[in-house]
Amino acid sequence: MTADSPAEAGWFAGLEPDDPEAAAAAIAEETASEPADWPKLAVEAGFASDAEEYYDRLKEATTVATREAVERAERADDRQLVHAVRTMDDCQRTANELAERLAEWAGTVDPDAGAGVEYARAIVDEDADRDGGVDHPRIVSLAERVVALADEAEALREYVERETPTVAPNLAALAGPVLAARLISLAGGLEPLAKKPSGTVQVLGAEDALFAHLRGHASSPKHGIIYTHDAVRGTHPDERGSAARAVAGKLSIAARVDHYSGERKPELEAELEERIETIQSRTADDESGESGGDDE
Amino acid sequence: MSELPAGVERRQFDGEERLATQGEPVYGEPTNEGWRAWNPNRSKLGAMLSLGMEAGLAGGDEETVLYLGAASGTTVSHVADFAGPTYAVEFAPRPARDLLEAADSRPRLFPLLADARKPERYAHVVEHDVDALVQDVATRGQARVALENRRFLADDGRLLLAVKARSEDVTRNPGDVFADVRDELSKGYEILEYRRLDDYHADHLGIVARPR
Ligand SMILES: C[S@@+](CC[C@H](N)C(=O)[O-])C[C@H]1O[C@@H](n2cnc3c(N)ncnc32)[C@H](O)[C@@H]1O
Repeated sequence: MTADSPAEAGWFAGLEPDDPEAAAAAIAEETASEPADWPKLAVEAGFASDAEEYYDRLKEATTVATREAVERAERADDRQLVHAVRTMDDCQRTANELAERLAEWAGTVDPDAGAGVEYARAIVDEDADRDGGVDHPRIVSLAERVVALADEAEALREYVERETPTVAPNLAALAGPVLAARLISLAGGLEPLAKKPSGTVQVLGAEDALFAHLRGHASSPKHGIIYTHDAVRGTHPDERGSAARAVAGKLSIAARVDHYSGERKPELEAELEERIETIQSRTADDESGESGGDDE
Repeated sequence: MSELPAGVERRQFDGEERLATQGEPVYGEPTNEGWRAWNPNRSKLGAMLSLGMEAGLAGGDEETVLYLGAASGTTVSHVADFAGPTYAVEFAPRPARDLLEAADSRPRLFPLLADARKPERYAHVVEHDVDALVQDVATRGQARVALENRRFLADDGRLLLAVKARSEDVTRNPGDVFADVRDELSKGYEILEYRRLDDYHADHLGIVARPR
């Protein structure tokens, strides 16, 4: 790299022409203080037979280098997701708690006091209209905080919905972006999630229930946060354990694919769907004698 | 009106005449018989050409271009459509993913994930004496970036620079920011033409310059 000959400083210096991986590494890691007539020098050095072939090789090397860098960066983005989804839950929970407090307080001045974030929104809107409503500056101000927190939670949800598919495309497709982000958050990142056995993924978020079970107070928990997955919720309670196991299994595979290769594998969704249909048909068969319908 | 580079034409799209190049569409722009409309509202270089600025681009396979701030490839894809070897430098990985896609169908568009403030990180890849240095990096120190990258430009090449006032200082008057940028730029360039791009991009200045 420090040789006098300028050709030594080109990205192609010392490379075999048919080694795009090494070429990509050279693109990403080498440096030069000044540019030069690289196409000409590469041909002179025998790296390519002419400028066209040189550009073809450059194209391949820059594409591989950029793709690798992009993928590395995207994998690292799971930290952002973890913070975003935790903050989203904190904002939502705090908004709800404060909304309760608000309803209690407002009940002392407003005979029609409602409840929840919705009521906080009503107070804020009425205040903007300036006709009637709650005439107490501290209560109105509190209502504004509640609304702002709820709005922030919503904005964070949109962020999570947008970002999760780039960080973990398969997991996001199988679990939905928010549940996928929650699983990544509970595991402490995409890599730790990818390394967990599916039995652990099945009970992630059910730690309280798991400890109660270990202390002998309760039956073994069948599902953690993946309980919120449609495939589990939509399955008859008798078969929910099987459904949770099937979902956890596929989500674990999805997390591994996302972490190790990042490629999208749509067949995972089809496989899960098929498995869930089989599980659900067991209970449907049992009931078909009576109703035939499969609504809840 | 200045002459358009070879490979850039005014064409009809839905009864409206627009700039266009030939290539695969990239950002949902309308197409017509292999031509894709070049939207000046989404491209500063497109705005500069639409406004008739004398960009000094010839077009054709021999023309080499270094493009700084390629983002997801909106503008640089049009450049690669009409020019020859085109080096696209972008700093952020996320848009670079889309840039890769835009580059897929363009064999002489080379994507580089690098910081335009550190030219030594790509001087071993980008050839010298490029005919055009196009710069649209929304970062502080835009004049300095152009000066740092002057080393790539041929003596008779052109710098085509879009300056975003808000990237330098959100509180200052854009006119003052532009004056300072032109001032600093003249340490290494002779400014041939400059023009506000407000018709298409609020608080942006387009500059055409050549190395001195
Ligand atoms: C306004 S956008 C460019 C849009 C693009 N030129 C187009 O018209 O299609 C500015 C881009 O500059 C990039 N950028 C900012 N600082 C940079 C730097 N130091 N080096 C390279 N790119 C940078 C940003 O990531 C962003 O994608």
